[in-house]
Amino acid sequence: MGLGREKRHLVASRAARELKTGMIVNLGIGIPTLVADYVPPDIHVVFQAENGILGYGPTPREGEEDPFLCNAGGLPVTLSKEASYFDSTVAFGMIRRGLLDLTILGALQVSEEGDLANWIVPGKRVPGMGGAIELAQKARRVIVATEHLARDGRPKILRACTFPLTTRKSVQLIITDMAVIQVTEQGLVLQEVAKEYEPGDVVQATEARLIIPPHVERF
Amino acid sequence: MNEREKALSKVSTLEEALKYINDGTVLMFGGFGGIGNPPTLVEGILQKGVKNLFLIGNDTGFPRVGIGRLVTAGRVKKIITSHIGSNPVAGEQMHRGELDVEFSPQGTLAERIRAGGMGLGGFLTDVGIGTMVEEGKQKIVSLGKEYLLETALTAEVAIIHADRADTFGNLTYIRSARNFNPLVAMAADITIVEADEIVPLGTLDPEVIVTPGVYVDLVIPSGGVNWKWAWEEKKGT
Repeated sequence: MGLGREKRHLVASRAARELKTGMIVNLGIGIPTLVADYVPPDIHVVFQAENGILGYGPTPREGEEDPFLCNAGGLPVTLSKEASYFDSTVAFGMIRRGLLDLTILGALQVSEEGDLANWIVPGKRVPGMGGAIELAQKARRVIVATEHLARDGRPKILRACTFPLTTRKSVQLIITDMAVIQVTEQGLVLQEVAKEYEPGDVVQATEARLIIPPHVERF
Repeated sequence: MNEREKALSKVSTLEEALKYINDGTVLMFGGFGGIGNPPTLVEGILQKGVKNLFLIGNDTGFPRVGIGRLVTAGRVKKIITSHIGSNPVAGEQMHRGELDVEFSPQGTLAERIRAGGMGLGGFLTDVGIGTMVEEGKQKIVSLGKEYLLETALTAEVAIIHADRADTFGNLTYIRSARNFNPLVAMAADITIVEADEIVPLGTLDPEVIVTPGVYVDLVIPSGGVNWKWAWEEKKGT
């Protein structure tokens, strides 16, 4: 990953503020996985994982990891009281049936219209889609949590994606180490800017057009 | 064991199980990110020197974890899977043209395996419509909505990790190590299970059995996980 630990955790903690009590939530691999460790104490959500868990909690303390209790990224988690286990067809049955209120996913590219590309870097890297297509296509709300810039310094937020798409018009909110950007009918709206940046910095690091409202919050 | 128990027993050995896994075998595996991959069978396949395997399963694990070890050792020629991102060796082999990778969205892959295990030809889904996933697939309109026809997957041999198996091959799994295991168990001509515990008939409550023994051909004891998990190696970073 191109970002330092601190920035990744900043993105995850900001993304965690989008959680609302009662939500069924799936977290993608990478920065999104960290969100489970930042759930505000007064918010009660149920995390779902593609490998067949409904109801997992934060990362266990060191020494208390259970190798047979991991999230879809292969990292140890803890179990919540409401938990159940099932096979992966049931996990995806829930997803396709529209039972997920929210998914938070990583991205290689996101477009002005909310198109998402996150499984192929043409000619370079093909990690595969995993469950991202089902999640982005079927969850009620799709948030991207990612580095603002790609590893090579190129913008990830573009007028149109150049990489093969995961889904079209599915992303509703983009949270990065620089900004929180809402995808609207009118285009991308800059909602919040990280403390160390100015709106102008975000515009410069974004290829897509940004609508900048009179008041932009800080995070 | 009484006579009936002996007659129904599928308990076997690693050596016997490996007779079914040879160069070019179409091999399905259970597991997800290494968790639920059968460690003793993977080690046995490595030791036997089997090559040109055609794998079907969720992902290629990590380079030194689970099924990923077969990929790293260059024993795999083709794989139908949903994700290779956690195993950079798989990516390198793919780019060099040594490993043929066919991607299926994860839920679609799981359902294709289930369809194979359930004796179906395939199923309809709208997942991936409008993306590369639809390329080469037949589109079918059902009840006024457009779907892709996704075909069923079966294999010659399936390798499974179970928590408990009775001697007839009734299986229970452990926590998130269930994942693809009960699906893969139904979809192959020969299903080989390695179990952490093998118990006498009548020990497992029929209410909690996940995979009925009819799907299982051989049960062997597991030697347990013989790799370090990726999160153990990454500790402190």
